Amino acid sequence: MRNRARLLVLFLTVLVLGAVSIGWVRYAAAREARKDRQQDGGPPMTSGQVTLAAGASRRLVFRSMLWGPHRDELASVPANDAAGPRTASKVSCLRFYAAAGTGVCLRRLPGTLAEKYQAVVLDVNLHERRHFTVNGIPTRARVSPSGRMVAWTVFVSGDSYGGTQFSTRTSILDTSTWTLVRSLEDYQVIMNGKVHHSVDDNFWGVTFADDDHFYATLGTHAKTYLVRGDVRARTVTTLRENVECPSLSPDGTRLAFKKRVAGASPDAPWREYVLDLRTLRETPLGEHRSVDDQAVWLDDDTLVYALAGDYGADLWTIPADGSGSPARLMTAALAPAVIG
Amino acid sequence: MYLADAPAIPVPAGPGTDPGQQAAAHARRRLLPRSLTYTVLVLGTVSFITDVSSEMVTAVLPLYLVTELGLSPLGFGLLDGIYNGVSALVRLVGGHAADRGGRYKAVAAIGYGLSALCKPALLLAHGIASIGMVLAADRTGKGLRTAPRDAMISLAAPAETQARSFGIHRAMDTAGALLGPVIAFYVMRAAVDGFDALFMVSFCIATTGVVVLLLFAPGRAAISRTAISQTATARPARSAPVEDTDRTKNADRTKNASEMTVAADAAAVRTPQEVHISLRVAFGLLRRPEVRRLAVCALLLGLATISDSFVYLIVAHDGGISDGSFPLLPVGTSAGFLLLAVPLGLAADRFGRWRVFLAGHVGLLAAYGILLTRVHGVAPLVIVLFLHGAFYAATDGVLMAAAASAVPAALRSSGLALVQTGQANARFACSLLFGAAWSAWGDQAALGAATVTLAVCVGASAVLRPLRDTGTSSSTAAQPVRDVPA
Repeated sequence: MRNRARLLVLFLTVLVLGAVSIGWVRYAAAREARKDRQQDGGPPMTSGQVTLAAGASRRLVFRSMLWGPHRDELASVPANDAAGPRTASKVSCLRFYAAAGTGVCLRRLPGTLAEKYQAVVLDVNLHERRHFTVNGIPTRARVSPSGRMVAWTVFVSGDSYGGTQFSTRTSILDTSTWTLVRSLEDYQVIMNGKVHHSVDDNFWGVTFADDDHFYATLGTHAKTYLVRGDVRARTVTTLRENVECPSLSPDGTRLAFKKRVAGASPDAPWREYVLDLRTLRETPLGEHRSVDDQAVWLDDDTLVYALAGDYGADLWTIPADGSGSPARLMTAALAPAVIG
Repeated sequence: MYLADAPAIPVPAGPGTDPGQQAAAHARRRLLPRSLTYTVLVLGTVSFITDVSSEMVTAVLPLYLVTELGLSPLGFGLLDGIYNGVSALVRLVGGHAADRGGRYKAVAAIGYGLSALCKPALLLAHGIASIGMVLAADRTGKGLRTAPRDAMISLAAPAETQARSFGIHRAMDTAGALLGPVIAFYVMRAAVDGFDALFMVSFCIATTGVVVLLLFAPGRAAISRTAISQTATARPARSAPVEDTDRTKNADRTKNASEMTVAADAAAVRTPQEVHISLRVAFGLLRRPEVRRLAVCALLLGLATISDSFVYLIVAHDGGISDGSFPLLPVGTSAGFLLLAVPLGLAADRFGRWRVFLAGHVGLLAAYGILLTRVHGVAPLVIVLFLHGAFYAATDGVLMAAAASAVPAALRSSGLALVQTGQANARFACSLLFGAAWSAWGDQAALGAATVTLAVCVGASAVLRPLRDTGTSSSTAAQPVRDVPA
């Protein structure tokens, strides 16, 4: 081929591929713009006052993923009419949790050269009390029952040696002193009575028993462990294997968790279980789909968790005693907290 | 630009070159540094474009897996060992296939093409297993293309400018890697988080790279032509007389070239098409003492090179780096690599490739030493990252240049693949060992052990000295031959 012909081919290639690129980007932008228009068929959503204060009626505060002007804002619904009209708060979060008037919001901020993520501690009226920069993609957030302790987990990529491996970083914050433990990996790990340390230690999914004690998951050497943590002693102790994303019941007697089950596909490896802490008996729940969430106790008998839905995620409920079958609580919703 | 040379990359005046053409080429060569040959420029551009494309995807992949697909990415690392094994095997196969019939360009194009196709394939993969397969295919593409591409660079570059040619290529490559995430950020902003748009843009960029390779990289004929003249210039004592007297037709070049040298390694002088290249011959390279010693040294030093992520973890841990600044640490290394790749390539050509390669490891040793002293502050941090970047600049392309001088042209791609694979596997083994040591003894003790190992390996390599060095002193003899006016 002559040089002129080569250059012509290159020019045409760049022209065509450039057009495809620009076209696709514009198509994606237009598609996203549609999500800002009110969604048909969804529950009505209006701006209003959302508070974390315990009131007369029980409410759910969560991230609403409904298309429209209030997409991804925290919203509130009465617990007895979860599918009904939503009150939007104007506060946007990727993940959220709240207890006793303290909220934690993991949010994304646009940066100049890269995305930035923050963990924000919110007061009763969802106003920021303090924020912390987090280095990774938010995944779990929890507040202790008293509202004093806050924990969050983010996914971090780029600090593994194999290449495609990710790790997690779990932080614990004391809001009374604003003391932040940046990584639970700074705690001493006790496994089978011995001190354990490994570079591939990863913690995720904290659930608080009280301001000093919590449960969480430790992943190490391709296994996961339920651990019990002690904030004052700065230790975590492994309790049993194959427990992820524990969630302690309001009465403190049971842990809901996701468990890897044998024979499941690698894309959907988990099932939701409940562990009775007194008898150490595991009960499989009536949900037979793979649950990849840290479930929340709606009350002492019912769990709520997210599954993928048409608009990001839907929230489902299931009885905690292994009976019944799943029921959809609301569409286009994620990360609920029970208030009141 | 340099396009006029396209069909016949700057062929150093070989036997039978048309005098007029040669004079023109000579004049042109004066305008640009000698190391910036057409082939290096083309392959550097291809690598630049490809790295932009692949780093775009790397930058957003974690976000995509977690927020878009809702996967828990913790399970991913488990397959790394397998990927690494496959990658090593593919690298050897790719290197070998390229040597057979001189199909460097074809094998490289398959490798680049496979990686390009993986970008839209990501949109079709929704589970951990399928995403893992796409990522494995992407790595396969990378494994396939590396050795043939480096062979093309080494065959196109004159013997005395090998290292700086690799330096230019690596600098362009790193520039692409630095630019990719920035472009990804702006595409994501324009497409309002449309990952499909990002993957398609990445695909279009990668495809442009493949098209540039197919259109402008030298094909079989051009490569074997340069390879011969390189062989000729590499043995000036024998080739010079032939040079002046012989003005035969193109068809006879090959024959002349093979007659020129009566070396024991017959493969060295024949064109790739001529020699039957079997796997046995390729592995037979290891019977050559130079290659064997080089491979052993690369392996030894690889075994003492802890992986980047560990370096950053220690830097962040000791230097009190906040989580927010953590992603900037690799940028520091890349910046050092980018800035020093060409200067250190020049140094390697002048003072000897093996010496610079070893000096790079001494620099790394110094970086470990600084980390061991646990000094806090910005200055030691900057010095460590700079040394880390300098280490790559002094070793990555330079090792290929050193290996190229030990491997005959006909087996160049296989030979480079052999050395690369040895080094890559040694580094992976070191990562695993270092991880275990870190777990057992803590980071400082593990780093101390790595430092001692590296010092011992540097010492051993200095004693072994695989190459009778390739500095200017030994290769200047080739220069007059090249510059002889017709």
